[in-house]
Amino acid sequence: MKVTVERAALLKSLGHVHRVVERRNTIPILSNALLRAEGGTLRLKATDLDLEVTETLGADVDQAGATTVPAHTLYDIVRKLPDGAQVSLETTGETGTMTIRSGRSRFTLQTLPDTDFPDLAAGEMAHVFAVPAAELRRLIEKAQFAISTEETRYYLNGIYLHTIDVNGATKLRAVATDGHRLARVETDAPAGAVGMPGVIVPRKAVSEILKLVESAGEEVGIELSASKVRLTLGPVVLTSKLIDGTFPDYQRVIPTGNDKQLVVDRAEFAAAVDRVSTISSERGRAVKLALGDRRLVLSVTNPDSGSATEEIEVDYDASPIEIGFNARYLLDIAAQLDNDTAVFRLADPGSPTLIQDSESAGALYVLMPMRV
Amino acid sequence: MPALCRDCCTEAADDAARCPHCRSPRMLRHPELGALSVAHLDCDAFYASVEKRDDPSLADKPVIVGGGRRGVVATCCYVARTYGIRSAMPMFKALALCPDATVIRPDMEKYARVGREIRGMMEALTPLVEPVSIDEAYLDLTGTERAHGASPAVVLARFAREVESRVGVSVSVGLSCNRFLAKIASDLDKPRGFAVIGRTEAATFLGDKPVGIIPGVGPVAREKLAKDGIRTIGDIARLDIKDLARRYGEDGLRLARLARGEDTRPVSPDRETKSISSETTFEADISDPERLTAELLALSEKVARRLRRAELCGASVTLKLKTADFRTRTRARSGLPPTGLAARIHAAARELLAKEADGITRFRLIGVGVSDLRPGTEADRGDLLDTEVARTAEVEKALDRLRGKFGNAAVLRGTVFDALASKNRKG
Repeated sequence: MKVTVERAALLKSLGHVHRVVERRNTIPILSNALLRAEGGTLRLKATDLDLEVTETLGADVDQAGATTVPAHTLYDIVRKLPDGAQVSLETTGETGTMTIRSGRSRFTLQTLPDTDFPDLAAGEMAHVFAVPAAELRRLIEKAQFAISTEETRYYLNGIYLHTIDVNGATKLRAVATDGHRLARVETDAPAGAVGMPGVIVPRKAVSEILKLVESAGEEVGIELSASKVRLTLGPVVLTSKLIDGTFPDYQRVIPTGNDKQLVVDRAEFAAAVDRVSTISSERGRAVKLALGDRRLVLSVTNPDSGSATEEIEVDYDASPIEIGFNARYLLDIAAQLDNDTAVFRLADPGSPTLIQDSESAGALYVLMPMRV
Repeated sequence: MPALCRDCCTEAADDAARCPHCRSPRMLRHPELGALSVAHLDCDAFYASVEKRDDPSLADKPVIVGGGRRGVVATCCYVARTYGIRSAMPMFKALALCPDATVIRPDMEKYARVGREIRGMMEALTPLVEPVSIDEAYLDLTGTERAHGASPAVVLARFAREVESRVGVSVSVGLSCNRFLAKIASDLDKPRGFAVIGRTEAATFLGDKPVGIIPGVGPVAREKLAKDGIRTIGDIARLDIKDLARRYGEDGLRLARLARGEDTRPVSPDRETKSISSETTFEADISDPERLTAELLALSEKVARRLRRAELCGASVTLKLKTADFRTRTRARSGLPPTGLAARIHAAARELLAKEADGITRFRLIGVGVSDLRPGTEADRGDLLDTEVARTAEVEKALDRLRGKFGNAAVLRGTVFDALASKNRKG
């Protein structure tokens, strides 16, 4: 293989691809990226066996071929090369090495044969559709924070993507929950999505998609099979295994009869929560919300360090209630809301609370209270 | 020099070899005898002593209390110790040293009963009793002279005599000015001992002792210290405290203080429990993951019951395994929702076990523990999705009630029953 590419283009592509590679690997070839030069392009590929990212970029191919080299090392080398440089990559058949030349720099890397590189064989993708990049980004961004990290309930370690009929219109929904909070974000389902199976996209894929969607262009192509998902984000193709499990019936968890409505200025509320929570200890970050006639008193009492209270004016005229929440969770949700005002629907201090934007109904959050 | 007769418990002030009152030779002499008030009490070969008490025909025979052919020596009597048997020694090794030894399966309930009786007697001496285990405790007798009309030394001598006559087992007493020295003292004169370490002699006494006698300094720490040229407690005492702090951090400061015989930890009756655990050594090594899982369930139930009884719950589960070639593996999972339920503990431990039990590796021991403890009120609150937990809690509470009324074997989970049945079949 002999190929010459522009440093900036190579760096950008490697930047996308190398993140997939785990820093520590027991299988040596998983530390490597696959480089394949053919027909005026260089294709880069990296995988951790659950997730695979491929990117194609234009290149001067002198001699077609393929090899694999340590992904992080290659990325670091290209990163340190001067801006505007041309980079030539050449394998030297017998010795199993690849030489990188740029200006006066010369590097030699050990290679492993490309034929050993694992392929995340995708098989047939039954459902194919396209989603506007901005919408996909919104779905993921607003739901991502609620993904669970708990391994016991592995089926919560991702975003549940599915379609559902809402008043005759089909919606594409992203749901994530860790049992303490739940995020449900929806958008109009694109034509091809109707009839797609509900799938759980794992956390690592979710965070890569979010990074790649920036440079994806207008639309993102999505292909689904029973066990895998493939997204085409501009020059990048990301294939990921899906989480093999059943996402719980989240509808059951969303309260419908909460009758106490609280309307707050989102920014003011978030700032106040942030201030009073300064006092709380790491473990029990509970903030108490005492609601009375048109006012909300936020308070934190930490037996080890002291206490804090702050009062804000709110729109509330139901019966008084005191309820506790994890301050971190309140802030996470406040950060996802778009409007200036947020609406809370409460039932009692022991039951889940519903939080939404005052206007758009596209996103909805459920938060479990804490005992205070 | 103040002296005390350990048989008639009278104080004397002369240097006669025998007690002027009862002519006993068991005289205790120490310049600070009247001034020391922190004690460490330890029963001698406790389990074995209880068994000998209950079966006097064993009195002069080597007795080992421990788990069957397999397993380890829990305790062995002093006769058995003359053959070189030690506690924690594998049973086959012990029996190789002394094939005639009488091996008795431990009857923990009996020992706990006797232990409680002795603890009750300790608590009559002072409210400051800090139990370390079933047969061992620290006592702080400071300020009890007026109440007892006698010095702590006399009170302790009487106590030792009374335990012997009323309970029928012997205890060893270590008396000093703090916990660390008291603990070391109680070991000096075992069995049926009474040793005193005074404040003024502490540093000289400790000087030539190996660092290993300091609690918390195990083989690893010992090796690390030895590399730095520190072998005796005197070596530590000679070093600058700043040097020690720089080299070993917090531990260094602790070592420096202990090496000078200083220990400010108070004797406190309600010291926090850090973890609750239970383990078992198998009759024959097990490799079958299913059987290991069943054993784990039985242990999880035990741990859960103890947690609930102590009104605690924990957020961290540790699995302990010992392979057939005596390698210990511990695996832990932390940050779990706080639990006091056997089902939850078992679920977490089972996941850890799944990565270890490959069906090939044979294990001789399995254990499970719960740590990161918090008040029981934080236990098993469930969350948005977890609606099962309330039911599981009810089931386990019902099991507790049944067992409380009809005994531990009154009701068994199917998996545990199967494990027991297959064990019995194999004899």
